[in-house]
Amino acid sequence: MSHPILELRDVTKTFPGVRALDGVRFELQKGEIHALMGENGAGKSTLIKVITGVHQPDSGEIMFDGKKVDFRSPLDSQRVGIAAIYQHVTCYPDLSVTENIFIGHENYDKLTRRIDWKSLHRRAGELLESLDADFDPHTPMGTLSVARQQIVEIAKALSANARVVIMDEPTAPLTDRESEDLYRITEGLRDMGVSVIFISHRLEDMYRLAKRVTVFRDARYVGTWNVDAISRDDLITAMVGRSITQLYPKKEVPIGEEILRVDGISRTGYFKDVSFSVRRGEILALTGLVGAGRTEVCEAIYGVTKADSGSVSLDGRPVSIHGPDEALAMGIGYLPEDRHRQGLILDWGLWMNVSLPTLSKFKKHLFLDQTDERKVAKDLLERVEVKAPSVYTKASALSGGNQQKVIVAKLLNSELKVIILDEPTKGVDVGAKTAIFDIMTHLAMQGYGIVMVSSEMPEVLGMSDRIVVMREGRVSATLKTRDATQEIILAAAMAEGSPA
Amino acid sequence: MAERSIDVAQGKSLASKFLRWEWLLVLIFIAVNIVNTRLSPYYLSLDTFLGTPANFLDKAFLVLPMTFVIILGNIDISVASNVALSAVIMATTFNMGLPLPAAMALCLLVSTLAGWFNGFLLTRFKELSAVIVTLITMIIYRGIAYMILQDQAAGNFPDWFSFLGWGNIGPFPFILLVFILCAIAFGVLLHGTAFGRKIFAMGNNALTARYSGVRTDSVIQTVSALTGLMAGFTAIFLSSRMGSTRPNVAMGYELDVIAMVVLGGVSTSGGRGTIAGPLLAIFIIGFLNYGLGLVNVQAQVLLIIVGLLLILSVLVLNVRFSGRHRRPALGAGREK
Repeated sequence: MSHPILELRDVTKTFPGVRALDGVRFELQKGEIHALMGENGAGKSTLIKVITGVHQPDSGEIMFDGKKVDFRSPLDSQRVGIAAIYQHVTCYPDLSVTENIFIGHENYDKLTRRIDWKSLHRRAGELLESLDADFDPHTPMGTLSVARQQIVEIAKALSANARVVIMDEPTAPLTDRESEDLYRITEGLRDMGVSVIFISHRLEDMYRLAKRVTVFRDARYVGTWNVDAISRDDLITAMVGRSITQLYPKKEVPIGEEILRVDGISRTGYFKDVSFSVRRGEILALTGLVGAGRTEVCEAIYGVTKADSGSVSLDGRPVSIHGPDEALAMGIGYLPEDRHRQGLILDWGLWMNVSLPTLSKFKKHLFLDQTDERKVAKDLLERVEVKAPSVYTKASALSGGNQQKVIVAKLLNSELKVIILDEPTKGVDVGAKTAIFDIMTHLAMQGYGIVMVSSEMPEVLGMSDRIVVMREGRVSATLKTRDATQEIILAAAMAEGSPA
Repeated sequence: MAERSIDVAQGKSLASKFLRWEWLLVLIFIAVNIVNTRLSPYYLSLDTFLGTPANFLDKAFLVLPMTFVIILGNIDISVASNVALSAVIMATTFNMGLPLPAAMALCLLVSTLAGWFNGFLLTRFKELSAVIVTLITMIIYRGIAYMILQDQAAGNFPDWFSFLGWGNIGPFPFILLVFILCAIAFGVLLHGTAFGRKIFAMGNNALTARYSGVRTDSVIQTVSALTGLMAGFTAIFLSSRMGSTRPNVAMGYELDVIAMVVLGGVSTSGGRGTIAGPLLAIFIIGFLNYGLGLVNVQAQVLLIIVGLLLILSVLVLNVRFSGRHRRPALGAGREK
């Protein structure tokens, strides 16, 4: 076998107080799709930053194409042909696709110092075509779907003659079908001789795409395997460091009377005539493709937006909710989809985050009783088993899974009846996922009605009692989980006429 | 049931308690006074310390609500116009025969309504930035003031009215006492109450605050109305000290006030700040101004010094916090 295109030997990187990489190695062959896996905080992102020259390693060496390299900045790594594509696409939304592709390496006419747009648009078109993408390079980037923006990012990498492409969680924001397109494009890259490092929390991604997989845990290298040669359970054990006996700890809970009923609510342009109900102790999954209107329905119930028509009843009484404060007061809690932007104040300590929705409970005369706030926060955080040294720890210092638990703790100080969880496991690692499912199960046992919005088929099937499928703003199916299969749900979620 | 317990004690070091911008402001304040003492042998006396503030406290009333506004992540450049409008209405109605106490009440009512109207526009038209909204009302309020008085002055206030701005209660100027009460009220409101916590929350992340059940619109409305109320206080004390009022009073106050808030260490991107910082900034600039006046230095020199102090504050605050508060670089913050 020829020498690897990229090799890291014994690389260590420390930040003040943290050892982010501890003597790790990594090896990437030419024309290989190599999966890189590990829990949040395992060191994957730091590895990427060392490879792309954002960080410089404290010790160890990086070999590129057989030669030792020393990247001082991302520019150095780009020059030799390393490109990184991040989960949240970093683009200029108001510029065209062509401009986004060639920004930084436009062709100038030597004489007039002008950019030759005609030939750039043509080359952009060719690049997109080579990726089987059929959209116009004149389109403004911001009007494209996330999936298409990623394709543009890949085209950008190709335009810079990338030999190594790093994809950081590219499938997280994509629907299943879009993911399939991305798989095909990634395989196309491989066939062109480009090497790909593919980072993902989704085991399906890895089994579908990669030839080999490398696992990191706690800043250390655990091992590299051929994907065919390692079982799912062994892989999870390698990542988590212990075996997870049950990924979906759903328990049978006695299901009580109906608690929330949504009756024919509509909001022009978002959803139409949506009805469903939840009972005490029941976990209802709300699923469908991204963009089917699930989040919008939840936000209307929670009072962030207002439905045009239809009614919501709690405990059999119709209620009218004009804002999240009223929803919380009436007993509806919502864990938003984007925990950084909607769920937490990252710069604040945990106790202040936890008490924010229920400040009125801590009023002593005119003032806030901060000692009481911290005590209550400590109890709530321990109840959901947040791993943090202190209630003063900043929310930004926690891993994704723990952040999600903090948001659950925020909800638990209100007297809730219904808890709506919008994509609660998005972007969290396997270990934390199970912990969140555990919390959901506990909440159901305590008699809360749970609505879980999710796009992940296995967790929809594994965690719910009933499933509501949405398609293009309407409910297309309501089924009991024990009667459901992945095929039935997909058929209900996809547009009519599409293969399912 | 948790494996590990979560600590409720604060792990702050002694050093971090003293490494605060406010302490540096205290040092600057002391330095200003040392310089002033050397400039004039008559400077160092109790009279100076108690009497001088009366010269600059009229606009200080605006610093208090402006601190709230900037912590919210907003800005209000209409405050000075609001002062002019409410002062002109007070003086005109008084000259038309309204008893002065009633005219003063009307002044506060008008200024509060004008502030409330800012809040109404801000919450109603969310797509407009606070600069634009308050730029519009800045022009409108000043315009109405000119419409009422043209380029006339109004006033002829009775003697007791000038007591407000010039009089003493014991050794203390009346205006200083009122200001101290207001400052305590605003400090308690910001740092002690749920309302203050909500202001910080919104300045940090308005969306999270909203999803957490904070009535963001009502907070903005209340802060805007409070800002208006304080503009009314400024209008009364300013009129009292000047003895009459014109439509062009308080010209440029909004920028002086914003400069004091920024010098006080309040983050212009919102979410961070104290009442103590801007209070110190008021007194630093006020005493600096007084000291320079003692030796007949031109007013422009003060502007330059204030500018230099602002650069210092921006530098120190950003360098000191750079490690923890810098915006993440591309691709950073994905995995922590």
